[in-house]
Amino acid sequence: MKKLIESLSVIEKKVLPYLEGKSISEICKKSNLDKVSVLRALEYLQNKKIIELETEKKKVVDVGVNGALYRKKGLPERRLLFLLKEKRIASIKDAEKESRLNPEEFKVSLGVLKEKALIEIKNGKIILSASKEEISKKSLEEIFIESLPIDEDNLTDEQKFSLKNLLKRKNIVEIEERKKFLIKITSLGREVMNSKDISKELIEQITSEILKKEQNWKNKKFRRYDITLKVPKIHGGKRHFVNYAIDYGRKVWTEMGFEEMGGNIAQSSFWNFDALFTAQDHPVRDMQDTFFLSQKTELPEKRLTESVRLSHEKGVSGSKGWNYNWNEEEGKRMVLRTHTTVLSARTLADTKKEDFPKKYFAIGKCFRNETVDWSHGFEFNQTEGIVIDPKLNFRHLLGYLKQFFKKMGYEKIRFTPAYFPYTEPSVEIHWFHPEKKIWLELGGAGILRPEVVVPLLGLDISVLAWGPGFDRILMDYYQIKDLRELYKNDITQLRKMKSWMRV
Amino acid sequence: MANVKFNRAVFEKEIGKLDEKMQERISLFGTPVESLNEETLELEIFPNRPDLLSYQGFKRSFLSFLEEKTGFKNYPFNKPEKDYEVKVDSSVKDVRPFTACAIVRGLKLDDPKIKEIIEIQEKLHATVGRQRKKLAIGVYPLEKISLPINYKALEPDKIKFQPLESQKEMSGLEILQKHPTGKEFAHLLAGKIKFPVFTDSKGEILSMPPIINSEITGRVSLDTKDVFIECSGFDFFVLEKALTIIVTTLADMGGKIYQMKVKDKVTPDFKTETLNLSLEKTNRILGLELDQKNLKKLIEKMGHNYKDGKVEIPPWRMDILHEIDLIEDVAIAYGYENFEPIIPSISTIGGENSREVIKRKISEILAGLGLLEVSNYHLTKKPDQFTKMGVSEKEEFGFIELESSKTEFNIMRKDLTHYLLKILSENVDSEYPQKIFEMGRIFFLDKNKRIAEEERLSIAVTPGNFTDLKQILDYLFYNLDIKYEIREPVKESLHFVEGRGGDIIYEGEKIGSMGEVHPKILKNWKIKMPVSLLEISLEKIFQKF
Repeated sequence: MKKLIESLSVIEKKVLPYLEGKSISEICKKSNLDKVSVLRALEYLQNKKIIELETEKKKVVDVGVNGALYRKKGLPERRLLFLLKEKRIASIKDAEKESRLNPEEFKVSLGVLKEKALIEIKNGKIILSASKEEISKKSLEEIFIESLPIDEDNLTDEQKFSLKNLLKRKNIVEIEERKKFLIKITSLGREVMNSKDISKELIEQITSEILKKEQNWKNKKFRRYDITLKVPKIHGGKRHFVNYAIDYGRKVWTEMGFEEMGGNIAQSSFWNFDALFTAQDHPVRDMQDTFFLSQKTELPEKRLTESVRLSHEKGVSGSKGWNYNWNEEEGKRMVLRTHTTVLSARTLADTKKEDFPKKYFAIGKCFRNETVDWSHGFEFNQTEGIVIDPKLNFRHLLGYLKQFFKKMGYEKIRFTPAYFPYTEPSVEIHWFHPEKKIWLELGGAGILRPEVVVPLLGLDISVLAWGPGFDRILMDYYQIKDLRELYKNDITQLRKMKSWMRV
Repeated sequence: MANVKFNRAVFEKEIGKLDEKMQERISLFGTPVESLNEETLELEIFPNRPDLLSYQGFKRSFLSFLEEKTGFKNYPFNKPEKDYEVKVDSSVKDVRPFTACAIVRGLKLDDPKIKEIIEIQEKLHATVGRQRKKLAIGVYPLEKISLPINYKALEPDKIKFQPLESQKEMSGLEILQKHPTGKEFAHLLAGKIKFPVFTDSKGEILSMPPIINSEITGRVSLDTKDVFIECSGFDFFVLEKALTIIVTTLADMGGKIYQMKVKDKVTPDFKTETLNLSLEKTNRILGLELDQKNLKKLIEKMGHNYKDGKVEIPPWRMDILHEIDLIEDVAIAYGYENFEPIIPSISTIGGENSREVIKRKISEILAGLGLLEVSNYHLTKKPDQFTKMGVSEKEEFGFIELESSKTEFNIMRKDLTHYLLKILSENVDSEYPQKIFEMGRIFFLDKNKRIAEEERLSIAVTPGNFTDLKQILDYLFYNLDIKYEIREPVKESLHFVEGRGGDIIYEGEKIGSMGEVHPKILKNWKIKMPVSLLEISLEKIFQKF
């Protein structure tokens, strides 16, 4: 009981004496609080079981915008009647002018007065036919407007009649649905109200003022809070959720000893395709699939260019090659990189034998000429990795992939054969979706073909390489179904996004 | 990527029940199951294996993989009979130089088989044929034509025949202009003075490759028992492989293969190729410890023959360029599911790209101030990049356009600023204040008209004035230990209020600008709150660390 009283806030205490059978507006007046505070206080009191609050939905008739005005100035017909009371007779034109009613009000007023037989209209003139008593008597409508608001259920027949008439006119009355509160004080409430403790002063907010002097708080009680109450939401600054995921990917790769590669988004076809043994008539090199830019660029040093040419035309290291005339100009055409593997190709060309072993990774944007829908877009993120050392084999490739995907939350995965122009053997990584019970593709990988490695590195060794898409990984984590969400930049939604919490 | 559909009932009768185990075997063979229902099994065939595009071809290789019939399948073939010849005129040299041809006899065709013959042609056209550019295939009822055949090029107006799906005779040009298939592939003959045709010994036109066959002599029907097959194109190797894939499919349907004389060659030659396969190398690359016996068993499961370190490759395989391709076949036969993944014991030091580290620092500092990071496309639309920023496209230069973009995003973004304003304009219903930033790549043409990329940071605050923004910049640069100054702009910015925009100077060099956005620009974006924003290049800052 004491605790309960100590938990009463100022507003609760203020309304407490005025609850019995009162309406909200009355409580507002008596307690000197606004409506929001009163309602909040009632809610708190109800939570504490001091009162029982029943809400009742009621239809209430009240004055509208014009009605409120007429209540002060009188209905238009009343104003016209007063004018005629002095003149007894007037032309319609003069009456309209002098009454200062707008045309619509004037028209309605004439109709109403005529119907009540208070006036007659002859030859464009209005003639008053009402007696003095009739003029001074308040009309049913006027009485009705004064009595508003009234519950619709409590209307008398006369009032119903007035309401019907007034509803035909513009914004004089309106029927609203209103909530009505019925307040019942519980027995606990009565005890609280009768308690002596209720008048004891409690400390509300601890302010610096209070802290200034010890006597301000010593031996005093602090008002107890309802610590279970919900509080208003706040939001802070943060990174974009895609970047949180990418940062985690970076962490996973660096923990495994990989160095990050960087590089341009606009690349030559030479690096993006030719260095990766993708024949010049391969469909991916079509404008339908890839973004080409009108600018051209220079090819790298002659030794490398010629070595790539040979790889395509006749093959290197025992390969037959693609058996066609490799066109230099085609290699100079600029594209938006279609895969981060272009970074691997460049890195490979810069790696020297003395540097082995080397492990590199990248996570970055890639592009394809696509329309945009829930599962496709012209931009996507890819994560890339290569491992360079003479002692590597296929099982090592699977080992790195398994480890990476485990860190990304994919426990049950499998490897199946695949095809890419630049890897052999090639692998597709599948994940078993535990709810959908199907295998979903996570990405591709393989050992780089000798036709790629020999021209770039100058040696025929196994280079492990992979390039799974990264968007699917982060969409699975954030449970995003539509790819477009990644680029929507809805500020409300960004504020609500949860943190990337893989550890 | 090509998907093929096989009849489920036939598959289950001839290969086996399509239970989960079987579906897994199919995927582990390297042909992912795309879908399966009561009638149809749909598989994806990777572009390196056109020999699997027909059901017959798939069955041949897959049964071998399942160890039903391992090793090389030999197809008996017959030498050319009298007049089994295609005379190649030198006039085709400039338009479509090569052809490889064959005859298959004794077929008993039904509708599903005719459908399969059409489908294998279409699939080959779409894949190795590069939409008929590299390879076009025609199959003709032998009873309607008289041998020998001529392959030559004629002027378009001298070509007159009734093409498939047409009621009347058309000229070569008319076909390209009016016939639906002609229009679709017209670009393949565009600009040629002469068009290639196959004619029979009576001078009847059989087809105009790579466009269309004749309705009279080029349509296979239920009555057809013997067929003439031609492949035309630019790469004889590809033509011969494609021809082999088709004739072996027809042989598996019950036909007898006959070679033809084509110019100075005989096709298909069924010549097999032999490649060395080193046991040591296979084990080294796959991380296995196979012996000769294992190796023979595994490589023969993939349809090859093996003897003493040499592999005889079936003539329909197009994808074996190098020993490594055989090693992959061994891996597939061994089963990808049977490889135990391991991490090699090699030691390297990991590390992040320093640019990314600095960008993360910046975003942490800005997030600490309550700023929200956003992320936009690198591509953008002209109206957003120019018009709404108060620049007409004509005045704009140095931007990079994409060729044939499928969306209205058809240029590379030149700055981040316009994207931040776009976000503010799309988020007028979100709670204010809104403070956002983005870091990312922008693209422009440098002095030498070369494509250049630059890493930028842009910040926008709304409602926010110059002071609000400068406080943020101060705090950021203080934390990065960068001394900067704001100078009156050398050139007034188009999108800032005059007198409220300035250049951001670091080590004597302009790295960006900031200011209060002009109401006329805000109006373009329908933003009804004051906005101040900045954009700076991070390149010079990267160099500091």
